[in-house]
Amino acid sequence: MSTVVITLGDDISTDVIYPGRYMATVLPTETPQFAFADLTDFNARLKAKQVRQGSILVAGKNFGCGSSREQAVSTLKGHELIVVAKGFARIFYQNSVNLGLRLVEAPDLEAKEGDELEIGTGEVVNTTTGRRYRTVPMPPARQAIVDAGGLIAYTRRRLAGKSKE
Amino acid sequence: MGMTVVEKILARATGRAAVKAGDVVEPGADLVMSHENAALVINQFLEVFKDTGLEARIWDPSKVAVIFDHRVPAESPKTATNQKKVREFVAKNGIAKFHDIRGDLGGICHQILPENGYVRPGAVVLGTDSHTTSHGALGAFAFGIGATEMASVWALGTSLNVEVPATIKVVVKGKLPEMVGPKDVILHIVGLLTAEGANFKVLEFHGDTVRSMPTSGRLVLCNMSVEAGATSGIVPADDETLRYLREEAGVTDTLTPVQPDADAVYERVIEIDVSKLEPQIACPHTVDNVKPIGKVAGTKVHQIVIGSCTNGRLDDLEVAARILKGKKVAKDVRMLVFPASGRIYAQALLKGYVGDFVQAGAVVMNPGCGPCLGVHEGALGDGETALSTTNRNFKGRMGNPTSDVYLCSPAVAAASALTGTITDPRTVVGGAQ
Repeated sequence: MSTVVITLGDDISTDVIYPGRYMATVLPTETPQFAFADLTDFNARLKAKQVRQGSILVAGKNFGCGSSREQAVSTLKGHELIVVAKGFARIFYQNSVNLGLRLVEAPDLEAKEGDELEIGTGEVVNTTTGRRYRTVPMPPARQAIVDAGGLIAYTRRRLAGKSKE
Repeated sequence: MGMTVVEKILARATGRAAVKAGDVVEPGADLVMSHENAALVINQFLEVFKDTGLEARIWDPSKVAVIFDHRVPAESPKTATNQKKVREFVAKNGIAKFHDIRGDLGGICHQILPENGYVRPGAVVLGTDSHTTSHGALGAFAFGIGATEMASVWALGTSLNVEVPATIKVVVKGKLPEMVGPKDVILHIVGLLTAEGANFKVLEFHGDTVRSMPTSGRLVLCNMSVEAGATSGIVPADDETLRYLREEAGVTDTLTPVQPDADAVYERVIEIDVSKLEPQIACPHTVDNVKPIGKVAGTKVHQIVIGSCTNGRLDDLEVAARILKGKKVAKDVRMLVFPASGRIYAQALLKGYVGDFVQAGAVVMNPGCGPCLGVHEGALGDGETALSTTNRNFKGRMGNPTSDVYLCSPAVAAASALTGTITDPRTVVGGAQ
């Protein structure tokens, strides 16, 4: 069970998740400090380690829309946040699969800050309100990359296969 | 069962007779592109090979393009050092399609690829930039990916686990009214579809409006398809595509346009009549918050931007120069102009547009992404409003979370520069023919 530490609306862009002015910073060890840099209170809580790893960020439709910048994923992965949203924009979704950021797509979810969520198979339970919400399973092609431990591991496996040919 | 253009391209790229939406394929890449974020791609590429005993080798350096555009010239030692690292990697790995910071050969990646003939009809094009959708204007399947995925493609030459996207057919009909152009069409479409309406899907553009549109305009349609969430936008290649590639991009080898089958399966078909379309404005803070200009005319603006991968091309500069020539930018507004490439800058110089801008009081900057994404220059002050021909107006997009960004066509931007408020170009002298 994990706690919802922030709730955000629809169409949260990568500019909000990781503002463009920090894009010269690329290392996953350095990007976490700029997560939601313009949401100054939340950023301060993250930087002060007041947000426990495995906490949940709840959002509406089209989370991660906009830029392909991978920093928007590595910055959240650095805090080991789980994103539960009504939907995700394509490139953000794929980048999360590739880098191992955990996403849960729950189109009907209702939750507010402080609620406790239990993420199960095919559903999310808001244990604070007692309500259950269906989740959309990840397509098998993307699940295969997650199961391999991310795209770097998956690519290594393919390279090893190739070099034996 | 018939195939859409993208299905046909993916069938060819995977050596299959046919593919359909939902299939999982691993297409070979014909062209891959990165900008400054090549710095991150390089890190991940080296990580792929780490401890494998294999040499870190790019599968085919002739298919890799690297273009500096996001922060040119470098605004900080950090950026300059990243660029230096990329420059060294490019030299060491024999990447010839490299466009450094230069007045002649440099520019924005989504202009550099087309104008140099790097993109061909039927090609699979991947770029570490969301606006890679632009290149669908030449009949290619082009889409944005992240840096780690690019590292994987550099290593393998294929994109792994691509789901063939479903396609929405967009038929645009009617003659565009005076001072209404491709930007207004795509803003209108994004407003109709919403910001997620085409998520994981392709927009395939048809209709007489698109057929009679030059490649520069088609680039605008495909560029902003991603603002409706689309994986890709595509205009099936035609005579205009071949004309552009032969005459403007200097391509001499064989070109093989790909057409959709007559019985192609589309997820849906949208028909739009643009014969009475008004100039369109995307209002803060989402690109799908689109209104006809009448609803927002008179809104005070502090900065006008003309440029970007969306609207920094010669015909964009031409319409703006036509409106501004011999007039003055309003006293309380700053106007910044960014040609999309060095080649376009040189053409605009010869045509006299640059002089028109400078004499009107605009600041003409070097080609590049400029203030579009708030990383480099042209930042906004607290509470200020920008009116821009760029492609995104998300909160904080131009670097200041308390500012507002409105998106528009070059004609609207130029007309508004004269008044300092959002102004219908049809109401200013020079705006009407």
